[in-house]
Amino acid sequence: MAFDFLKKAISTGVDKLRGGLSRTRHAFLGSLKSILSGRKLDEELLEDLRKRLILADLGVAATNSITSDLRQAWHAGKIDSGDQVLEFLKSEMKSYWPQESRTLHFATAGPTVILVTGINGAGKTTSIAKLGQYLKAQNKTVMVAACDTFRAAAVEQLTIWASRIGVDIVKHQMGSDPAAVAYDACEAVVARHIDVLIVDTAGRLHTQDHLMRELEKIRRVIHKKIPDAPHEVLLVLDATTGQNAIRQAEEFKKAVQLTGIFLAKLDGTAKGGIVVAIRHQLDLPVKFIGIGEKPEDIAPFSPDDFVEAIFAQTENPG
Amino acid sequence: MFDSLSEKFTLMVRNLSGRGRITPANVRQAMEDIRSALLEADVHYQVVEDFTQRVMEKATGTQVLASLEPGQQIVKIVFDELVALMGPVDSSIFFVDPPPTIIMMCGLQGSGKTTTCGKLALYLKSKGKNPLLVAADTQRPAAIDQLVTLGQQVDVPVYKQDGQADPIPICRNAVAFARQNGRDVVILDTAGRLHIDDALMEQLSDIAGATKPHQIFLVVDAMVGQDAVNSARAFNQKLELDGIILTKFDSDTRGGAALSVKAITGKPIKFLGVGEKLQMLEEFHPDRIAQRILGMGDILTLVEKAQSQFDQAQTEKMQEKLANATFTLDDFLEQMRSMRKMGPMKQLLGMLPGLGSALKDIQLPEEELDRAEAIIQSMSRKERENPDIVDSSRRRRIARGCGLQTEDVSRLVKGFSAARDMARKMSGLSMGSKMKMAQAMSTMSPESLSAMGHLGSAGPALRPSRLSPEQKRKMRDRRRRGR
Ligand SMILES: Nc1nc2c(ncn2[C@@H]2O[C@H](COP(=O)(O)OP(=O)(O)OP(=O)(O)O)[C@@H](O)[C@H]2O)c(=O)[nH]1
Ligand SMILES: Nc1nc2c(ncn2[C@@H]2O[C@H](COP(=O)(O)OP(=O)(O)OP(=O)(O)O)[C@@H](O)[C@H]2O)c(=O)[nH]1
Ligand SMILES: [Mg+2]
Ligand SMILES: [Mg+2]
Repeated sequence: MAFDFLKKAISTGVDKLRGGLSRTRHAFLGSLKSILSGRKLDEELLEDLRKRLILADLGVAATNSITSDLRQAWHAGKIDSGDQVLEFLKSEMKSYWPQESRTLHFATAGPTVILVTGINGAGKTTSIAKLGQYLKAQNKTVMVAACDTFRAAAVEQLTIWASRIGVDIVKHQMGSDPAAVAYDACEAVVARHIDVLIVDTAGRLHTQDHLMRELEKIRRVIHKKIPDAPHEVLLVLDATTGQNAIRQAEEFKKAVQLTGIFLAKLDGTAKGGIVVAIRHQLDLPVKFIGIGEKPEDIAPFSPDDFVEAIFAQTENPG
Repeated sequence: MFDSLSEKFTLMVRNLSGRGRITPANVRQAMEDIRSALLEADVHYQVVEDFTQRVMEKATGTQVLASLEPGQQIVKIVFDELVALMGPVDSSIFFVDPPPTIIMMCGLQGSGKTTTCGKLALYLKSKGKNPLLVAADTQRPAAIDQLVTLGQQVDVPVYKQDGQADPIPICRNAVAFARQNGRDVVILDTAGRLHIDDALMEQLSDIAGATKPHQIFLVVDAMVGQDAVNSARAFNQKLELDGIILTKFDSDTRGGAALSVKAITGKPIKFLGVGEKLQMLEEFHPDRIAQRILGMGDILTLVEKAQSQFDQAQTEKMQEKLANATFTLDDFLEQMRSMRKMGPMKQLLGMLPGLGSALKDIQLPEEELDRAEAIIQSMSRKERENPDIVDSSRRRRIARGCGLQTEDVSRLVKGFSAARDMARKMSGLSMGSKMKMAQAMSTMSPESLSAMGHLGSAGPALRPSRLSPEQKRKMRDRRRRGR
């Protein structure tokens, strides 16, 4: 799905994605053609589709449910070519993820708080830099809170990002209570009338009960300081993740009432299809995608591009 | 909706056992089930196809058809095939003479390279080596700081060049530095990169060209899905990998990536990362991972973990007590504490065969362990040794002592007795009876399963009681914040 974004970037001559271009050229620019176009729908194509969906990490159940929808539509005479399959899937995905569920919710008055969570190494801290830059571009004032006080150099990492994108940071010493950092950050954004506070948290596995409780506590503290907050609780998901992502989403949702997903690392060859299964089971929308390591490598999630990318012909045989 | 592999598999075995004899037709159905089960475990589509093909050929052979226990047979074939695919075992790191031995890490972003460098350094130190860590990630913000911090934690020097953006001279100079300073192993931490990023992949082979690493390891996140083969293949083509290290295996992933990556590169899986702490590196055992992919539990790992915490003598003492039924609540308390040092209870119990799926919905929060501890601490010595003597007046006294209800006390005592019986059965487990065990456990009654829950905690049954703020505070103090 990154390629629509890339096409735009090229046509407008914006060169900031140059790094991204060289690495995605293989995957996208060489062959934007879908494997579906120009083919007639038959059992063989359905089987091919099934394989693609599995290879895109949708999982067996979601794949079966989609292929059976397709077969039904085919038998009912509603679709009969590969191109129609694409359109069918696009509209199905759009109904999964309606526009309003994909946009960020802001506080009606006072500061908006975005709590960012996820397992180790998913891309939380980098995605926060991207969100910060994105919100700044919308003329909002942004502050970040360094609530990862555990991982080596986590505070330094966020500090560097904060200064690169030009936002303030609230931080304590390594090893200190992350909830206390969140508390101070909430006070700071209220006192200084900052529009958005983005809270970084330590990576944690959804199986680590005590760490999940620590996360709940951070959420509670934020909620206590700013009554409607957090307005968004995002799960950062690595697009390469397989079926375990469902368990992650389940547990994080239970612990901190997720509002959406930030799907990072979509600039690789992984398709991130697991978000379809997550939508099926947990009704969680994808809000943003990450498509590189730089602050500008962010885009709102587009169901159309998502479908296109799943069936895009790539030079990397799957 | 997404049945775990173990559930599917158990069901399949039961179906087959019911019929008594395998026919090509029901093998085919079983293979369908295995196929989706493997896909749900994240094994790559093509790898699954090849695998089921092979198993199918073997399973429909005359040997199986003539067998009296077809269920057992097919479990064995699938299991053996999985083990064969993931083996052979080779967790060795070889060292060159004259030193230094150069080890290079590579992989996708966030897979765990830097952390694993720290772990390897610690591991090598324990083998009497003098490693040097090299900060060759000049891209990610604070990557150098991160490695320096880890180096301090394991007391291993870190070679870095502030202000140098090109990793190639850094690595080259680091090797020279090691040679001059008697460091016999050099570990290169490279930046994370996408396998389709031509420029950065080229840089990686330039680093390899400049330093001639003796071993190159690909670090792979164990939770990765179908894309695992694309990246592994590309890194292997560019670099001629020597081995794979799978990280974050402490998650509840089925770990099908292990199968995919091994199948696509043919390179041995050397180590598993099982936690953020630097001692959390394990050697790879294909049979254990095969069990895990199949949801048969990881009893060997459990035993090994336990052994690193208990000393050998204590373990033997416990085993003897279990076998002779002299296991007391005191032993239970002691074991509970040692187990809690090792990691989350759920994770540990999840390693027991057949329990993984059963535990999915059972909550084992630490707070309940705290309650169990509080109850046991309010018991007299006699009561701990022989909980059967706890009558209603004793129950009242104990309940008062720990501020809980009498029902809580009786549930703990009952749960303990059931768990003791169960534990006794498991204590005699031999390698050969693992299969039978897995099967027996899969058909275990809900009551005995909940008793297993009681083995690790006072169980969900204790949840209704309230804790006073004072008690909560005490318990919090007791509970160490371990990772
Ligand atoms: N290619 C690519 N890399 C990304 C993307 N997002 C993050 N990364 C990289 O992934 C790695 C991990 O990112 P972090 O932001 O540190 O991840 P994290 O979730 O904060 O990690 P922990 O705090 O250690 O749990 C870094 O090397 C990032 O540059 C993305 O969209 N695309
Ligand atoms: N639970 C768990 N976490 C791990 C394990 N190995 C690494 N991590 C965590 O995963 C995250 C990413 O690890 P890093 O070592 O920074 O990963 P990296 O590959 O060096 O990342 P980049 O340099 O950005 O590509 C950190 O939060 C680590 O603490 C593991 O075996 N288990
Ligand atoms: Mg982080
Ligand atoms: Mg690193």
